[in-house]
Amino acid sequence: MQEFFAANLPYLLSGISAGGQYALIAIGYTMVYGILRLINFAHGDVFMVAGLVMVYTTASLPMYISIPIVLIATVVLGFLIERAAYKPLRSAPRMSVMISAIGVSYLLQNCALYFTGGLAQTYPAIPFLSKSVVIFGATTKMVTVITPILTIVLVFVLVALIKYTKIGMAMRAVSKDFETSQLMGIKINSVISVTFVIGCFLAAVGSLLWFSNYQSIVPTSGSMPGLKAFVAAVFGGIGSIPGAVIGAFIIGICENIIKGVGLTTFSDAFTFVLLIIILLVKPTGIFGEKATDKV
Amino acid sequence: MNTTLQPKKNKTGSYIAIVCLVVLYAILFVLDNFVTGSSMLMLMTVLRKGAIYSLLCVSMNLLNGFTGLFSLGQAGFMLIGAYAYSIFSIPRDQHDTVYQYFGGGAIKFSIAEEIGKLLGENAGNWLGAIVAIIIAGVVAAIFAALIGIPVLRLKSDYLAIATLGFAEIIRAVFQWNGLGVITNGSNLLRKYPTFADMKIGSLSFATVFPFLIVTVCIGIIVLLINSSYGRAFKAIRDDEVAAEAMGISLFRHKMLSFIISSFFAGVGGALLAMFQTTVAATAFTTAMTYEILLMVVIGGIGSVSGSCIAAFLYIACNEWWLRFLDKGGIGSVSIPFFRDGFRKVVFSIVIMVIVLFFSKGIMGDKELSFTGLVNKLKKRKAARIEAAQAQEEVDAK
Amino acid sequence: MSENTVLRVENVTMQFGGVVAVNNLTLEIPEGKIIALIGPNGAGKTTAFNCITGVYQPTNGKVSFMDKPIVCAHPTGKMKKQYKGENAELYLHERTLNPTPDAITGLGIARTFQNIRLWKSMTVFDNVLIAKHMRAKQNVFSATFRGNASEEKRMREETLALLEEQGLDKFKDELATSLPYGLQRRLEIARALATDPKLLLLDEPAAGMNPQETQELGAFIRQIREKYDLTVFLIEHHMDLVMRISDYIYVIDFGSEIAQGIPEEIQSNQRVIDAYLGVAEDE
Repeated sequence: MQEFFAANLPYLLSGISAGGQYALIAIGYTMVYGILRLINFAHGDVFMVAGLVMVYTTASLPMYISIPIVLIATVVLGFLIERAAYKPLRSAPRMSVMISAIGVSYLLQNCALYFTGGLAQTYPAIPFLSKSVVIFGATTKMVTVITPILTIVLVFVLVALIKYTKIGMAMRAVSKDFETSQLMGIKINSVISVTFVIGCFLAAVGSLLWFSNYQSIVPTSGSMPGLKAFVAAVFGGIGSIPGAVIGAFIIGICENIIKGVGLTTFSDAFTFVLLIIILLVKPTGIFGEKATDKV
Repeated sequence: MNTTLQPKKNKTGSYIAIVCLVVLYAILFVLDNFVTGSSMLMLMTVLRKGAIYSLLCVSMNLLNGFTGLFSLGQAGFMLIGAYAYSIFSIPRDQHDTVYQYFGGGAIKFSIAEEIGKLLGENAGNWLGAIVAIIIAGVVAAIFAALIGIPVLRLKSDYLAIATLGFAEIIRAVFQWNGLGVITNGSNLLRKYPTFADMKIGSLSFATVFPFLIVTVCIGIIVLLINSSYGRAFKAIRDDEVAAEAMGISLFRHKMLSFIISSFFAGVGGALLAMFQTTVAATAFTTAMTYEILLMVVIGGIGSVSGSCIAAFLYIACNEWWLRFLDKGGIGSVSIPFFRDGFRKVVFSIVIMVIVLFFSKGIMGDKELSFTGLVNKLKKRKAARIEAAQAQEEVDAK
Repeated sequence: MSENTVLRVENVTMQFGGVVAVNNLTLEIPEGKIIALIGPNGAGKTTAFNCITGVYQPTNGKVSFMDKPIVCAHPTGKMKKQYKGENAELYLHERTLNPTPDAITGLGIARTFQNIRLWKSMTVFDNVLIAKHMRAKQNVFSATFRGNASEEKRMREETLALLEEQGLDKFKDELATSLPYGLQRRLEIARALATDPKLLLLDEPAAGMNPQETQELGAFIRQIREKYDLTVFLIEHHMDLVMRISDYIYVIDFGSEIAQGIPEEIQSNQRVIDAYLGVAEDE
């Protein structure tokens, strides 16, 4: 047991770290789905764009200015996507909105392709995050330690926000019943915008952590982490924030252990196997039934 | 005139269609054999690829547009089709080169060669390709049947994400070196017969061949859509609860639609393999499915002819007409934003505009038909005459 | 009643979570009669229909059609503890039957819906034609390759005849949803008839109709009963229609039966009047 632990510690650590990063993306999916019943296929690409913005801003600006710019730019992007691509389709069939999301994803990837010229970009090393540390004899980057802590802190802040603030209450109401909340005078559009803003902010934080770890960005970098984060959200019970976080950690850890065993080809496929099993056995996910957690 | 009693609406319409097809084949045949030149090469690429994507779009439309099942597994079934075709078609003496890391592979025959032994080489070539393509479709359909049993119970977006997941799983499995003796693991499959091998004597049928297969397949899909089963599919799309209450088994019909759509996706995959001359599982990504879906949307969800038009338009713009956007300018005039990738940006903006503002696409759910066109023109003319008469009356007063 | 019983509903209970929508409902529908199920809004009438037609699996109870059990259930899983109904022990050892709605329609029970559910993108003709699909013998291959043209032709002829009878033939090439409301209801009935039913379940067929149309509907229901040898089971709120055409009436409130009898008995039943008008609660 101890031997296994020692041998797999690096994988476990990177699993926890990846899990935290998935969690930050997954929250965006789960909140948007909770309110709009929409799989926001473009969310992973927003995450990728956040990475690219970082690459371009750090080229000319110092780190302490670039990071806020990245966060703001991502949030603005998320807000604009919602207003331009989803708002006009509010009353359209769900399939149309999903197609629109796929279209946005295609657009973002192609824009990224255009700006990068198709070359992989190197992510700047954020000094604090890229420092090496030794934990239990395994050498790893600081980001591995920071990610789970930061994730959990952010999640607590978010849960508190949803529980105790007025806008949080409005979000819960909208996720329960779209039409009725509208009749009760809740400004649906601003609630939805706030949801996108929060989701994109977390995705931007996630991208800072993720790319500090992997350091290379191509236009399709966002799609796989995005899909996995979505699976995490489904796994945890879509609409539930704690569920998404736990699902993300489970997926991150399992995936990295599978890589450790030497089945790297299947590390992506595993996520989808998990997805299909959960959809068939318990489509509501592990936390799906607790209606109180829904956003 | 009683139109409803006759399922075939108009005989002259189908005659015109047949004549048009024959003319089309003749033109393609001439292009294949007697016309050369670099711009012709581009045209041929567009024609072949356009035909293949037409089939892929129509097969996706059958599922997403006519049955209302939002599935995103198209790339997975294409992959299966492409692999099944190439695995069974690689000539025996090429096995050692292709499967060099896997001891020459496990499947040691080629359908074309086996048929060739019985019926002569020419027949072997043609029949072999056709049989291998059908096998490709059947294998894809079998996978669809297995996948469909669990997934088709899921609703709308869950179905989409589950089928997408399956496509990704299939992609991983085909890249796995453990199955390398069959799939060649992460290496390419190549050396199998391609469109260039479709010959009789010295005459080439490199473009006629894919068109033939695609027309037959789309023809079958159209027949299906206009049959009792096609109507049942549409009923499920319009209202599942009502369809079930009127005795249409949801599971059975969804399964049928899923299997048939996957069969043709497999056939399309096989044709794509022939077109590309090599096959690699890594290429069959979700992005490929998205691309086909967007073509379907451009053409109009629920319109076969729309899908075909959109596929050709999309491929022509993508491969040919909009290439200049990537090249820094038109002729010697340099335009600042034009460089690599600009074409794709313009393209995706156009697609977003269509999705947001013209959600019906080119055709909506209508079909292109000669009689329809003629009727429309007649109506317009009649309306114009009427308007003119009304104007005259007003003038007279 | 000496006639054969077409449909027998025994002790059917439908419980959603903690809410009992239908409670221990038992009814008998004799052959060739028009039977009505009435009750105030939310009494569980449509839920009862849904239990019979396989849309819901009841929590407990049994439904038999032509003396053959078609639906049978007893509480399972979590519901075992939560179950608030009665008679759960009766069906504990019977085989659970949970058919899909299409299977039930296949046996010969057709229905209409409270809020009209026609196929929106299709013509009046196609709406009826599709309902014939279930009884068609062709498989997907023979249908695609037109191997069974005579059957297709027969289906089309029958559809046209049916539409003519209902006076809908002049609208046959129009979109189903472009018809006026009353005709949409009539089309829904025509569509149900196209499945060759023995028992027709009508869920509020007169909802949204004006008095004139309601009047005609009554005659129409009687007429199709004669013509197609039907048994009709209907839910309705228009009391004059119910009283005029039904042979027997069941009244439910809050999921449970509160009265049954011929129209005259129901009209004078105090519990029914109370259910509809409400009772002043005494201290």
